[in-house]
Amino acid sequence: MSSKATARPPSVLLLATVFLVIWLIMAAFPFLWTLWGSLKVEGDFFSKADWMNSLRGTLTIVETGGSFTGDGYYGAWVQEEFWRAALNTIIVCIFVVTISLTCGTLGGYALARSGFRYAFWFLFFALIFRAMPPITLVSGYLLPFFEWNLWGHLSTTIIVLVAINQPFTLWMLHSFFKNIPQDLDESAMVDGCTRFQAFRHVIIPVMWPGVITTGLFSFLLAYNDFAVSAMLLSKENQTMVPKLASFLGTTQTKGNVMFAVAAVVSVTAPLFVMIVFFQRQIVSGLTAGAVKG
Amino acid sequence: MKHSAFFWFVLPSAVLMLLFIALPIVSVVTQSMYAAHEQVVVTVESCGPFGCTESTAVDQEATQALQDEEPLGRFVGSEIYTDRNHLAVGEIGTAWVNADGLPDFGRALMNLPFYNALAFTLAYTFIVTPLTIIAGFLIAIAVNSVAKALKGPTIFFSLLPMIVTPLVGALILFWMVDARGVLGTALQWLADDPSLSVKADTTLMWIMLMVYGVWSSAPFAFVVFYAGLQTVNQDTMEAAVIDGASRVERIRYVVIPHLMPLTTFVALIQLMDNFRVFEPIVSFQAQAHAFSLSYAIFNDLQGETRLLSSAAATSVLTIIGVAILLSPVLVRTYRDFSPRT
Repeated sequence: MSSKATARPPSVLLLATVFLVIWLIMAAFPFLWTLWGSLKVEGDFFSKADWMNSLRGTLTIVETGGSFTGDGYYGAWVQEEFWRAALNTIIVCIFVVTISLTCGTLGGYALARSGFRYAFWFLFFALIFRAMPPITLVSGYLLPFFEWNLWGHLSTTIIVLVAINQPFTLWMLHSFFKNIPQDLDESAMVDGCTRFQAFRHVIIPVMWPGVITTGLFSFLLAYNDFAVSAMLLSKENQTMVPKLASFLGTTQTKGNVMFAVAAVVSVTAPLFVMIVFFQRQIVSGLTAGAVKG
Repeated sequence: MKHSAFFWFVLPSAVLMLLFIALPIVSVVTQSMYAAHEQVVVTVESCGPFGCTESTAVDQEATQALQDEEPLGRFVGSEIYTDRNHLAVGEIGTAWVNADGLPDFGRALMNLPFYNALAFTLAYTFIVTPLTIIAGFLIAIAVNSVAKALKGPTIFFSLLPMIVTPLVGALILFWMVDARGVLGTALQWLADDPSLSVKADTTLMWIMLMVYGVWSSAPFAFVVFYAGLQTVNQDTMEAAVIDGASRVERIRYVVIPHLMPLTTFVALIQLMDNFRVFEPIVSFQAQAHAFSLSYAIFNDLQGETRLLSSAAATSVLTIIGVAILLSPVLVRTYRDFSPRT
């Protein structure tokens, strides 16, 4: 490792370190700033007079007595019933991930094992579908959903999100299954298993790393979606992200901007926890498609 | 794998995609050729002591009946595509004749909603994509040359802007550059102009949206390039050193060619994702300054009167745009897979 090619003079090292520190500040500072600010009153979060106010919390002390306040969180979660949206998000995410993975593993496995030409065309169309912005499909959903009274329900949105998610899930699982040696399930079939039994007893036990990674990305899609859920859910069934967007429209009066700030922090927190636990899987998922070309 | 086994295995996925992606495309195309019914107008003659007056009123019942009978609306063919809000064929013709040189024609074009949205979407796509690649590459090179201790935290914090919900990430930045936020104040101080506001200026708004774009997708490019850097051939590297290549030359002639296939991959993914730019415009409340194709569709669909047909026509035009943009990827995939299948 200590060959001349990898040795670096101090000047290069310094330059690289400085550059990285700047990038790290750019990446992390906005989140820390918003987390800190969410515990203040609006006058401090947006302070016209002196930006140091947001650090010292001058107005927060004047208005509430302490240097930190949970008013924003109280207002968002209790007063504006953000907990209801959080509950809806949990339901949507659990179902989207489970259904996506169930259909995706079956489909991805078949696509990885079939050598026929139609498997290629299947993936080809999935790629086209993956490229389409989801919002372009929404105007196609609305009229039928209104006519058949399907609009506004959580279950409709779940199915739509699963379908939009399917092309990506198929591609990802397809490449994971390609890496599992074909001899494994073929030897099981020589021993008398049917194709499905081979899948159940031989492939399922070894597929979990790939499935977990794909599941993380399905979760992100369902959790982060705004375009589809904002258009397809009725007001009482809203998930967190559309609810947050509706805060922006209705609560621009004084003080209530802090509800939105608190909601933003609440939406970010689970994602932060997810990176803590699954950093390795996320990175492997991002590079899976790329490194193999 | 046998045909029947394949069929049963892919059936759930195939049905889902057929019902909720393929059919809606058909439905969007159909919808874009129908316009909402015109209201049924009846003329009522009301006679009073000072003579009779004729007045017109909307016959709500008849309108509703028409609506129920044909929920799609009335067939208008390509009329919606050529109206002012979409391709605006007539307006362009007039502008071309009346325009005083090309710049003037350009200004007239930018006043038409569809071309305005198309211009922003294309500008965003083709400015953000290369910048993302450059930023990601620089971060990857930097991480690769510093001590191991910094690598873990860098990857951890770099993932944040990418993973976080786009709407939320954009909001966080937007609040900071607000005239009363910390970055907004810093900008005012730097420019020495206390009235400077990103919200009020079109150019600043475009720059801010693009900064958000690079900020949120550079981590993806970084992670991919960083993985690629681990597989650079060390023998080639040493040979380059022996041949007297400088640090820059080594990056130019060894590292970059090695990463080229990854760059195409990142570029294609980024082109697809940037073309659908939407959430930052909602978060930045930038609709007065920047309008993207996705936002135009969203704008038509929201509110009390959902302009389904107009949204559908924009959707179809967007899908065509994606298809043009994507054709290189499709050709590449076709070539990659064809010999093996």
